[in-house]
Amino acid sequence: MKKLLIGNQAVAAGLYDGGLQVVSSYPGTPSTEITEFLAKYDDIHSEWAPNEKVACEVAFGASLAGARSACAMKHVGLNVAADPLFTLSYTGVNGGLVICVADDPAMHSSQNEQDSRHYAMAAKVPMLEPSDSAEAYAFSKAAFQLSEQYDTPVLLRMCTRIAHSQSIVEVGQREDAPVKEYVKNPQKYIMMPGNAIQRHPIVEQRTEALRKLAENCEFNTVELLSDEVGVITSGCSYLYVKEALGDSVSVLKIGMPYPLPTQLIKDFAAKVKKLYVIEELDPVIETHVRALGIDVVGKDVFSLLGEFSQKTVADAFGKEAKATVSADSAIPGRPPMMCAGCPHRGLFYTLAKNKITALGDIGCYTLGAVPPLNALDSTLCMGASVSGLHGFNLARGAESEGKSVAVIGDSTFMHSGMTGLVNVAYNATNSTVIILDNSITGMTGHQQNPTTGYNIKGDPAAKVDLEALCRALGINRVRVVDPYDLKACDTVIKEELAAEEPSVIISRRPCVLLKSVKTLPPLTVDPDKCKSCKRCMTLGCPAISMKDGKAVVDATLCVGCGVCKQLCAFDAIL
Amino acid sequence: MKTKSVMIVGVGGQGSLLASKLLGRLLVDEGYDVKVSEVHGMSQRGGSVVTYVRFGDKVYSPIVTEGEADLIIAFEKLEAARYAKYLKTEGRIVVNTQQIDPMPVIIGAAQYPTGVLEELTAKGLSVDAMDALELARQAGSAKAVNIVLMGRAAKYFDIPYERWIAAIENTVAPKFVEMNKVAFDLGYRA
Repeated sequence: MKKLLIGNQAVAAGLYDGGLQVVSSYPGTPSTEITEFLAKYDDIHSEWAPNEKVACEVAFGASLAGARSACAMKHVGLNVAADPLFTLSYTGVNGGLVICVADDPAMHSSQNEQDSRHYAMAAKVPMLEPSDSAEAYAFSKAAFQLSEQYDTPVLLRMCTRIAHSQSIVEVGQREDAPVKEYVKNPQKYIMMPGNAIQRHPIVEQRTEALRKLAENCEFNTVELLSDEVGVITSGCSYLYVKEALGDSVSVLKIGMPYPLPTQLIKDFAAKVKKLYVIEELDPVIETHVRALGIDVVGKDVFSLLGEFSQKTVADAFGKEAKATVSADSAIPGRPPMMCAGCPHRGLFYTLAKNKITALGDIGCYTLGAVPPLNALDSTLCMGASVSGLHGFNLARGAESEGKSVAVIGDSTFMHSGMTGLVNVAYNATNSTVIILDNSITGMTGHQQNPTTGYNIKGDPAAKVDLEALCRALGINRVRVVDPYDLKACDTVIKEELAAEEPSVIISRRPCVLLKSVKTLPPLTVDPDKCKSCKRCMTLGCPAISMKDGKAVVDATLCVGCGVCKQLCAFDAIL
Repeated sequence: MKTKSVMIVGVGGQGSLLASKLLGRLLVDEGYDVKVSEVHGMSQRGGSVVTYVRFGDKVYSPIVTEGEADLIIAFEKLEAARYAKYLKTEGRIVVNTQQIDPMPVIIGAAQYPTGVLEELTAKGLSVDAMDALELARQAGSAKAVNIVLMGRAAKYFDIPYERWIAAIENTVAPKFVEMNKVAFDLGYRA
């Protein structure tokens, strides 16, 4: 049946039809929907794990037990899962194991632009890279056979454009893949030195076998259309090449970026006068081609940065730019921002007002960094707020301890904030950690996590007691505050910064976008009482603006949270 | 058929996702090769959002670049101006005259430009402006702005009215079908 599917849904369908039994993932744009769509199948097990390392290890365990398993994550998630990945390469698999990783060139929703293909090379595991939803389906399905045939985990590389673009897929049938027999095999699965030393040559032999496969496989395809110009490309760059150049150039499309073929490339290069390599991000294919002694046009013309398009290719081939018309007026930007009624706002307002140094983390609350609040000092990676604050305070001492905090969301705290908090208690800095508990994983689009009390299917599940957890990790002072109550926020933050021991403040209120949250009627401004002081404007609430010198509240956006009302000295907000 | 390019642009939360879903479904049912591309994530938080819809005999790229769009459906004025350069010079913009101030304007760091639609018209673009918010309210919900605009845009596709209605029935949640059919009709006849 023909269906219009986003790439991630096609991956889900492919994994399912490939016989998947167990999937464990941590959400991360642009990978999240793979697992969300898999959760719709009731005859397999799906789950949100606390982080990507756990997810990957769950997939390992299921594979060891004989089931076809998978995990999905964004590119930076693979950094977290890198530890199991590198040794999974040595153990190989029992049931097929597919690790889906979604890169984010142009950083639509990420903190860096890393190229996951380096992981395939470094861990010596094969990687597949589809260029549209139909291939995402086919490659995901085929990945299990590849995994079992070559006794290796398989990386499936997506990128934002493929993950979030819909194209037509012919969906097939689920392959029956019963759980294989589990046989204890210490030499293969206990990676202590004596065994691992025996496994390493097997990894190298496997890579050689995969190199031979790369010379002639369904993933790498050749279109001989010109003897003048040839292009080696992969993923969405292939689409841009075809869009811009049509059938005017020969194309070698690489669907398996690791390991790369050698003879196939040499033969292709010999058939054209001029050779290009067009790939987003790093020169992975180009470096391989150059190492074969073949001259190419590559990163000397095509950027290391961001996403490409058909225009990137057309420009490089000297095609005339298309005529355009644009407005001369300056067009102000429209950056994303915290929603009206976002519970993070009151907390960030309090931090900004008191000029507190705030080491931030990854989530919606990273938006606390933007004007007018400008309430954050750093954002690095999942969990770095807590451990970073400890280091910051070690370096700057008691004076810093009294005016610096870490802010981290509930899901991010579960992911990798806990270990940092243990370190704060164990190595004793007088640090203040604020957990922004909005009862959901927000930025990625509302996924459950171990603090919410629900699992991926929305069924009730064990709920982590954050207060008890923090105490168990060695923090004696644990306070809970409602971020809609500005006075309470101010008092609690000042008291905990002044305290002579480490503390945790849990800023607790559910995300206002949750269906379970009942909002209040919108507020209004009495223009006679409004003195135009603009104090309410310092909140950066999208529902409040100044019209004709007076504050006005947009009734379609306001959810009646009342934070602005607490700021108004003239009782003008009703 | 040569590939046609449509862009749906607006502000996060305005319902462009449903609009692109409707259009994508319709075009597949009409037998075209179709690609639809949107970016999830940060853009949902009140940011500028853009969706590309491309259809024809064989579509390669899922994205639209400058000077390529045959039609832009803009849910908000400023967004129409922001993406106007993606339009072919002979292309057309259907635009909702609603103004939603972005944060730089709200906090006084930037001005919301006045007369941008007039400016684009003066430069030779075909600008089809309408108050979709008012029609959406008439249909029963301010949230139906997306379907009102799709109704208006439908006039520029070579696809019969009934096929659009069928696509609405196949795409929209059952309890909102009737309201959206009214919204579509108001846009179509406006």
